[in-house]
Amino acid sequence: MLSLHRDWDDIMEKEDHQQGEEQEVKICDSSSETLATSLSLLGNHMFPDSVQRNDSSDSQLSDLAAAVEPCLKSEPSDHVTRRENEGPENGVPTQPADTEPEDADVENEQSDSGDFVAEMLAKAKLEEQGIGLKGRSSPLLEAGNDESPALMSHRDEDVTAESWRQHRKHVFVLSEAGKPIYSRYGSEEALSSTMGVMMALVSFVQSGDNVIRSVYSDGHTVVFLQKGPLVLVCVSSSRQSEQQLRGELLYVYYQIISMLTQASISRIFEHKKNYDLRRLLAGSEKILDGLLNLVDSDPSFLLAAVHCLPLTCSLRDSLSQILQKAITPNLVFSILIAKNQLLTIVQEKTVIEDTRLEPADVHLLLNLIGASSAFQAGEIWTPICLPLFNPDCYFYAYISYLDPPDCTVCLLLLSTDKEAFYAVAECKRKIEEAMVTQKSLSLIAKAQSYSVSQVGVSDLRHFMYKPFDVPDHYRQLSQFTSPEMEAPYSSEEEKMRLLDLYRYMHSRIHSTSRPLKLIYHVAERETLLAWVTSKFELYTCFSPLVTKACAITAITKLLRWIKKEEDRLFIRYPAKYSTTPNPSKSSRGAKSDQQDSTDNGFLSLL
Amino acid sequence: MGEPFLRVTAETQDHDASRRRPVQTLRVKMVLLGSSGVGKSSLALRFGKDQFRSTSPTVGCAYLTRMVHLSDVSLRFEIWDTAGQETYHSVTPLYYRGAHTALLVYDISRRETFVRAQLWLKELEKQYIPGSTVIWLIGNKGDLSEDRQVTEQEGRILADERNLFFTETSALSGDQVTELLLMIAHRVNEHMGAQQGGLSEWRGTSCVDLHQNNNIKPFNTCCKM
Ligand SMILES: Nc1nc2c(ncn2[C@@H]2O[C@H](COP(=O)(O)OP(=O)(O)O)[C@@H](O)[C@H]2O)c(=O)[nH]1
Ligand SMILES: [Mg+2]
Repeated sequence: MLSLHRDWDDIMEKEDHQQGEEQEVKICDSSSETLATSLSLLGNHMFPDSVQRNDSSDSQLSDLAAAVEPCLKSEPSDHVTRRENEGPENGVPTQPADTEPEDADVENEQSDSGDFVAEMLAKAKLEEQGIGLKGRSSPLLEAGNDESPALMSHRDEDVTAESWRQHRKHVFVLSEAGKPIYSRYGSEEALSSTMGVMMALVSFVQSGDNVIRSVYSDGHTVVFLQKGPLVLVCVSSSRQSEQQLRGELLYVYYQIISMLTQASISRIFEHKKNYDLRRLLAGSEKILDGLLNLVDSDPSFLLAAVHCLPLTCSLRDSLSQILQKAITPNLVFSILIAKNQLLTIVQEKTVIEDTRLEPADVHLLLNLIGASSAFQAGEIWTPICLPLFNPDCYFYAYISYLDPPDCTVCLLLLSTDKEAFYAVAECKRKIEEAMVTQKSLSLIAKAQSYSVSQVGVSDLRHFMYKPFDVPDHYRQLSQFTSPEMEAPYSSEEEKMRLLDLYRYMHSRIHSTSRPLKLIYHVAERETLLAWVTSKFELYTCFSPLVTKACAITAITKLLRWIKKEEDRLFIRYPAKYSTTPNPSKSSRGAKSDQQDSTDNGFLSLL
Repeated sequence: MGEPFLRVTAETQDHDASRRRPVQTLRVKMVLLGSSGVGKSSLALRFGKDQFRSTSPTVGCAYLTRMVHLSDVSLRFEIWDTAGQETYHSVTPLYYRGAHTALLVYDISRRETFVRAQLWLKELEKQYIPGSTVIWLIGNKGDLSEDRQVTEQEGRILADERNLFFTETSALSGDQVTELLLMIAHRVNEHMGAQQGGLSEWRGTSCVDLHQNNNIKPFNTCCKM
């Protein structure tokens, strides 16, 4: 098994020989040592009753090591030794003897969890920008996931509790001045000193003209991303690559931009450095929570592609035509969504000529719809920025469900005109009417995702296929197709485990230092094959007993099947309409015309 | 209030009704104001669909309609519920623009929302909203009486001082919600109904031509003195 894996990697690497960065650079320069020390001091100072670490993660780690063995061998990694050297109580004074918890002291810092981060940071090796970032493998695999996917609110969580630390992935957003803006778990107030520690770290490194990028410690990866006046931090035990985690932070940043625009955020902080951005984001935490849950559970984000619901070509075309006929000036995108997947999307002609709609923008829109059940109550009119389209401008989104009370089919119309509510609402009525006439809703209701068994390849359990071969002049949205996750991946835990395997394969394919074109990976309970060509990116999952030869045959069959079904699986040609003489002027061109930084314009409609 | 002949129906049933009684239908713009979490969206949902659901915080503006039939006229309430509009203080005047009625909502179990309601009122009074605008102070979550932090008396006193109407409601149980809508309908009709010419007529979606629609600025025309 082991050697198979190696051979394969080696063979495939021929295709892409960039071994230049193979040497590992360990950063142990004195500045980061000093920093680590100062942080541990800071941590001890602020959080006297610093607790001992969670031991459970250790047993998890040894499981993991066993599972991971095969892939470790292929990389000259020091993972195993690191694990031993950085045992919990090693080297870092986390428990000063002279302090006792004082119950009477109700200072915020006392009840904080800053020690968790400080401790981690203190133990960590700093890896800074510009210096090789390698030096670790990203093993994952059997990592348990004890986090229930329930959509309950984590705002009220006790940040001093062990359970708070155990979350697989923490995300924090703070302002450059260190003001808390968002925390995935626990309230930002309770965490303010944690955020302070992070900020201290960021500014320390900034002062040395380095931008801090990431910190590794046993079991955790801490990734920093600074975007303008915002600092985003991810503390993850998910064993994803730094690159992937940074990508996820970027989604969080974009979702914030989608609500406030980049221009107004910069303006606000130029004006007042320690502005409390939560004032503007009040009520939006759920949208960020929802985004992070999606990022963990939906491979669309990893693949940077949208997933559309399989539909017969004729039905998809007829839906596009319905949208094409219901237009009004300044309408730029009409999007139909069912079961959180795209049915069709129609775009304004000059806009599509100008630019390609980015999958990330669509993801943000889908998340916005998914995260707010309030949408189900009526028609919604809300300003929304598509950050990749133009980070400084608002569109005005009309959102309404077409099938109350089920609320599975959702219409999203984007206009550049904030006053257009009534005109756009009228478009919806036209669409509704046409859909009744054509009985579209019942046809949509029958549409489903498909089972992998339809492919007819016995050992194939699941796959994700993202084509690149759409001619560029179609300006098609990046898409991927994937069957339902079925047994043995039906439980949430198993689903997550498969996704983690995919994430691991993805990180190796997209590794900046050692990208691979093809990986044949024999894991304990399944065998995976990932393959990227100029035409597609493919991830497949087979039963563990499959042979390499079988897998290759299976993939040939799979590709043939996809080719045959592609009209059904993908939106083939983007539909267009023409509604605006020159929409690029109003939406994309000039910077936003807002005078007031907090004016997102929509209220003037009212 | 003693108006037994009045009834409120959901808009879906309205077609028959208006055919039987060919009365004029006037449009009424209603806005909901108040701190977040006081139950604005829940009240709007009660008004629009007579449901209660636990909803997520509102994104942008939600728009719902509800038809109310009075003896001589039908009113089509166009209800605007906004999210955290308190964060957009500089543009709130726009939010009030053309509103015929503003509901100032607080949560009887959270005193700070009552305090905030008074700030909202100051804001409202600073704006040049027409004197005819019907402003209603609403103490919501009346069902949470054991957690009550604002007495009914306090609410009523404030309302009297500022010349507002006042009602305590529960969006959860539906208590006083229908009654409230009827009372508002009456006041609006009295203050700016057909006689006063303060409301524009609603002609129904079927009559609205898409091309003309761009010119319709429904509420500006009628309310900008
Ligand atoms: N007990 C009780 N809860 C309510 C009532 N109205 C709303 N809520 C709850 O209060 C929370 C906030 O309501 P919401 O309508 O979203 O408030 P908004 O932010 O003002 O729109 C939700 O959890 C509602 O379920 C009520 O009359 N009684
Ligand atoms: Mg609301």
